[in-house]
Amino acid sequence: MEDQLVLGGHAFSSRFILGSGKYSLDLIEAAVHNAGAQIITLALRRANAGGAANILDYIPQGVTLLPNTSGARNADEAVRIARLARACGCGDFVKIEIMRDSKYLLPDNYETIRATEILADEGFVVMPYMFPDLNVARDLVSAGAACIMPLGAPIGTNKGLATREFIKILIDEIDLPVIVDAGIGRPSQACEAMEMGAAAVMANTAIATAGNIPDMAEAFKKAIEAGRAAYLAGLGRVRETAAASSPLTGFLHD
Amino acid sequence: MNDINGAAVPAEYITAKTDHMAYQPGMDDIGSQVLDEVISRMNVYDAGRYTAANVQRALDKDVLTPEDFGALLSPAAEPLLEQIALRAQMETRRHFGNAVQMFTPLYIANYCENHCVYCGFNCKNKIRRAKLDREEIERELQAIAQTGLQEILLLTGESRTMSPVSYIGEAVKLARRYFRVIGVEVYPVNVDEYAYLHECGVDYVTVFQETYDADTYKTLHLGGHKRIFPYRFCAQERALMGGMRGVGFAALLGLSDFRRDAYATGLHAYFLQRKYPHAEIAFSCPRLRPIINNEAINPRNVHEPQLLQVVCAYRIFMPFASITISTRERAGFRDHIIGLAATKISAGVDVGIGGHAGEDKGDEQFEISDGRSVDEVYQAICARGLQPVMADHIYV
Repeated sequence: MEDQLVLGGHAFSSRFILGSGKYSLDLIEAAVHNAGAQIITLALRRANAGGAANILDYIPQGVTLLPNTSGARNADEAVRIARLARACGCGDFVKIEIMRDSKYLLPDNYETIRATEILADEGFVVMPYMFPDLNVARDLVSAGAACIMPLGAPIGTNKGLATREFIKILIDEIDLPVIVDAGIGRPSQACEAMEMGAAAVMANTAIATAGNIPDMAEAFKKAIEAGRAAYLAGLGRVRETAAASSPLTGFLHD
Repeated sequence: MNDINGAAVPAEYITAKTDHMAYQPGMDDIGSQVLDEVISRMNVYDAGRYTAANVQRALDKDVLTPEDFGALLSPAAEPLLEQIALRAQMETRRHFGNAVQMFTPLYIANYCENHCVYCGFNCKNKIRRAKLDREEIERELQAIAQTGLQEILLLTGESRTMSPVSYIGEAVKLARRYFRVIGVEVYPVNVDEYAYLHECGVDYVTVFQETYDADTYKTLHLGGHKRIFPYRFCAQERALMGGMRGVGFAALLGLSDFRRDAYATGLHAYFLQRKYPHAEIAFSCPRLRPIINNEAINPRNVHEPQLLQVVCAYRIFMPFASITISTRERAGFRDHIIGLAATKISAGVDVGIGGHAGEDKGDEQFEISDGRSVDEVYQAICARGLQPVMADHIYV
């Protein structure tokens, strides 16, 4: 059976969600192609329908648009941006990003739950960006989220899986896809997230700040595929100590 | 809108004899501690005491303290400018990628009731005064919208009598029809007036403090409401209290000791952002320019290397802040500093009154150095491998 990522009833074979900000619009097509990405995020605030440098004109046909609500400071603003995105023809997917902090751009979990509840009710496929907290993740599940998107490290920092232990807990406890978003700086980190059992990885800055954007998109694709394959194959257990003998209980067999 | 707010005392009653540190009747005093915090730190800032080792330590840090920011602005940092620029470029790319926002200022009136000795609009300067009416504003907006821009900055001279808050509000409502992002750079107003302007469609407020050295300030601002230093200083905070999304800061480099002024500008933004974590922060980095009837005005000891040092220091200290580069600078400088430290650039600029759709009917505020059109700047951004962005904001 094909290994698929299912979000709100839509199935995808790619597990790499590509960001579109921070690099030149004319590179988007090559990046999508090399990444093998089927989902691409875009900030609705960047869309300039009918005007110059409109990002929507550069996204190849057949790719699922994932508009985000960046710029929203609370649930009400996120809801309005999501509705605008749908009205602009961006479809039913929405990634909720709510920040009340202009310095670290950390997500506001409480407002994110509120927005998820409202938008899921309105039939959106809601993908909430969140700080990895198990209680919040459970609330997001109850609120109708299609997945949860915990951050690996503060957005844009390329610091990798700084929240590794907490993301592991989410993967163990939450039945929805867990998509690691933000902070992933290298293909090896993306690979590690997938080995841990993440359902997908989202990356933007790591690719946007690379020397060659399409090539880096491809490197991420391969890393994510390798990590997924390793997860499915079942990683060998890593032992903290040697397991050859039983120094404490061996006497039982003497 | 009640246009009397904040101007209970007519401008002509505020003269060189008026205490520049005392609020006048009608001006909101929000009782903020930020002013004391910034000024007391600026007063003990001694740019001369830093060494190359201090600068290096600052550059080795992930997140800089105000002390580190002071080191980056010091003379000891000048020999390390290449290293500083490298760090600045890395931060710019990390936070903004290769995006460069474009906008243009639109001056709708140049009447002014302040006597600021360095400014072309000052009330004692004999220039052609003008104010655009509704039809004229709309024609200007249409002409600018035709160029493809989506963000506009509305400016007036500082006359509450000739360009009252209600006049600015009406101009903003017109601008909303053509533009997605609207900022204002007008005289400081009270909290309820900022709230009204926000309702009209403004999201960004920029106020230049000019200089943070209050003693110098009083010798340069000889009359009018602008003379009142603390009312101007607290404008950004009142704007945030009025619901604005972002606020802009600037010292006019060259008026006083530029290192201290840049230091105070950074701290002003830093402490406000700590108090209002959601606030979007922006810096402008203007240098003094010649004006009509005074060709001799110049930025004194702030040459391009010093300007670059200041802009990079802002970037490294507050890597998430938007930094605008003015047409006061030549095209070559502007083209290099975008992507390196600046993230926002004006284009198709006319600093007179009414020059976008027809002939200027009022004179300009200062001489510009980069007169390129929107299309020319757009192409120049692309030529540097950067991505022009017309709008990066939704008014909600």
